[in-house]
Amino acid sequence: MSNNLTRSRNRAFTIAGLGVALIIAVFLSPFASQDPDGLDRVSQDLKFEDRALEDAPASRLPFYSVFDEYALRGVPEGIATPLAGLVGTLATFGLAWGIGKIVVRRSEPPENSEQ
Amino acid sequence: MPTVPLMHILSSSMLYWVIQPHLALHIPDGFLNLPVIAVTWILAIALIAISLNRVQAEYQEKAVPLMGVCAAFIFAAQMIDFPIPGGTSGHLLGGTLAGALLGPWAGTLVMTVVFIVQAVLFQDGGLTVLGANIFNMGLIGTFAGYYLYRAIRFAIGRNKLPGMAIGAAVAAWVSVMIAALACAIQLAISGTVPLAVAIGAMATWHVLIGIGEAAITVVALIFIWRTRPDMFYDPPRRATTQRKGLGVGG
Repeated sequence: MSNNLTRSRNRAFTIAGLGVALIIAVFLSPFASQDPDGLDRVSQDLKFEDRALEDAPASRLPFYSVFDEYALRGVPEGIATPLAGLVGTLATFGLAWGIGKIVVRRSEPPENSEQ
Repeated sequence: MPTVPLMHILSSSMLYWVIQPHLALHIPDGFLNLPVIAVTWILAIALIAISLNRVQAEYQEKAVPLMGVCAAFIFAAQMIDFPIPGGTSGHLLGGTLAGALLGPWAGTLVMTVVFIVQAVLFQDGGLTVLGANIFNMGLIGTFAGYYLYRAIRFAIGRNKLPGMAIGAAVAAWVSVMIAALACAIQLAISGTVPLAVAIGAMATWHVLIGIGEAAITVVALIFIWRTRPDMFYDPPRRATTQRKGLGVGG
């Protein structure tokens, strides 16, 4: 009984947490500052920004044809970054959950965990 | 004559503005030399292996959804560059936040996931220097952040909200400075820029970026402390008992 309560409260926390993350990634990302950030600014001031590879290895991955940095390709500019944020947040959530699921030992028998 | 070069300058600087990468502390390919790349990869992989082991041995199943939520939140928050005075911007790194909620071991794994997704899907941070980025922001940021936060919080009082908030604020700021320092040292060893210059320049901006890190970390942690204190890696004892009491009584 109290176990069920704990479980549903934990589920509510997970849904709320993921929801907040998605809201930030989708609705706040277009308002992010476009100024160069810390290391970026330092590399410009100290004139070593041109050391960054033009043809970075990541541009040879298949994902490069889908995302141009934090912008989904082939969609209007206004939704490119929000959609990239949506996909990225869900991918991060799924990957971290999946790794946790594989690594963390089960504290209950499997038949109890499916509720 | 003046109009053509002006147009040219304008369009090329606009182009530069559009294509310029968002780094924060994310090092791009080309800034580090091979020995630094190799050493940071080895350190990162070794610490990830230890973290996997410790998580397997010590963590309960309850931590799994929290790992997902933490990773998602930190990824989303890292997209939001906040402006700082002087025409620069910064964003949350999240090591202290992850450490306070998940402890240093699972916290490190969560940070690693964030940097892998950023580098592989979004070309944010170089693939060859991913080991260095994981090491600086994921490992150093999480361990330094967690242990400093814990020391300050427990010195003030484990169950006190101000203790948690002060500990998290100081740890968040310090962890950003240490990560920036590590980055500066790696740039210097790689021969990209002289050490004193690198440290000075990195410290100048990250003193301010660290304040943003502290603010976001404290706001998020106070909210969780008020709503779900049991989600902390070191939960406040009194609050947890009260919650249990309420749960049974209601």
